[in-house]
Amino acid sequence: MSEAASIVATAKPRVSAKFRLQWEEAQQSWVLLYPEGMVKLNASAGEIMKRCDGSRSVDELVAELEQAFDTRGLHADVARFLDMARAQHWIEV
Amino acid sequence: MNAPAQAPATSIGPPLWLLAEITYRCPLHCAFCYNPTDLAATTEELGTEDWLRVLREARAAGSVQCAFSGGEPLARDDLEVLVAEARRLGFYTNLLTSGVGLTEARAAALKEAGLDHIQLSFQDSTRELNDFLSHTRTFDLKQKVAAMIKANGWPMVMNCVIHRLNIDYIENIIDMAVELGAEYLELANSQYYSWALLNRDQLLPSREQIERAERITNERRQRYGDRIRIFFVVPDYYETRPKKCMNGWGSVFLTVTPDGTALPCHTAKMLPGLSFPNVGDMGVREIWYDSEGFNRFRGDDWMQEPCRSCPEKEKDRGGCRCQAFMLAGDAAAADPVCDKSSAHHVVLEAVDRAQRADSHALREAPLVFRGPAESKRLIAEAREAARS
Repeated sequence: MSEAASIVATAKPRVSAKFRLQWEEAQQSWVLLYPEGMVKLNASAGEIMKRCDGSRSVDELVAELEQAFDTRGLHADVARFLDMARAQHWIEV
Repeated sequence: MNAPAQAPATSIGPPLWLLAEITYRCPLHCAFCYNPTDLAATTEELGTEDWLRVLREARAAGSVQCAFSGGEPLARDDLEVLVAEARRLGFYTNLLTSGVGLTEARAAALKEAGLDHIQLSFQDSTRELNDFLSHTRTFDLKQKVAAMIKANGWPMVMNCVIHRLNIDYIENIIDMAVELGAEYLELANSQYYSWALLNRDQLLPSREQIERAERITNERRQRYGDRIRIFFVVPDYYETRPKKCMNGWGSVFLTVTPDGTALPCHTAKMLPGLSFPNVGDMGVREIWYDSEGFNRFRGDDWMQEPCRSCPEKEKDRGGCRCQAFMLAGDAAAADPVCDKSSAHHVVLEAVDRAQRADSHALREAPLVFRGPAESKRLIAEAREAARS
């Protein structure tokens, strides 16, 4: 299965057409909506997913997050999340 | 646990799920329908403006999934208007339909309105299934509707209520769902409420039937792999612990019936001594957080033994309040599916009959098909029984 391979740094992930990502005021969180279901994302998952619009590479996405949260060394965590997100079909690359 | 007796309002989450039962009108006559058996008593339906207001209020209260159901929701010609507003408000919009009444023009209008998903159901237990299995009228209809679903880019989700009379054809049902291009197939065993309860002895499968169906379903999962995701739901009568009904009373689900009655689940209206508000008299937020009906079974103050001291009480919340009322005569009792319930024998007896029932018994008791005429007859019968 292709999901097993780790996501490459130049890949540009975007939210899969099977899901809709939106901010929910009542839940104060980003959610993924799909037929008769919902995944509530935690804060960091939301920050990553909202940047998955096909315009940024993984490297660019990480750089943006590191700048936004004034931190370093997020690459491994983000890549791990994106691998999981791809296995769940939340994102396409 | 030392939780406060009355849960503070802030601990109640929003009504994430809105089930909009926009009509009881339906071209089908399913013997397992969960609509109330006295549905003929509902003569007035909420108008378009009322529904639009309900959608806005529910969305403002935090609802995010909206299912348009019924009856057959396509029976209302303002469905497209309601879907458009729901989508505009940010709902994920689901249409639960048999496909009867879905034309190319309506499918296009629903797509234009922003409908996110159609769940196509096989509804009728005998006529329709037979048609379907023999590739006749119903199969042609489903094939046509499935093609429309694909053409409009909707995910293809099929649902078939499983019971004693169709469970032995489960391989055909799965294969045909694959043939129609379904990506998801829900094989949900009938639950015994309303019309299905009237027909329980005819509909509850035997243990042997269920085991065979599960085995076949697993084989088909292997065979089809990623082509289709199949969900198989066992009837809770065969469990020893109850389901966490509606994920807990007043926890995520809000049903609004065709006449505007707001309920914590689609069958809760049957519960005696409880009043449920109407969206015409009360706003959705107030209904959800403040009404007596929605607060009745929140928290655990209402629980009796064996639930009260049960270590699993948060896991299943005592099961289903309607099932407790129907089978144990007390909506606050443990769901008799639980083997700790003093009324568990009622479930065991029904299960026992299911192992023995034969075609002779089925002939003795014909299926009661859902419909306005039958409903009127049942209402009159109940009135007669109350009088004597």
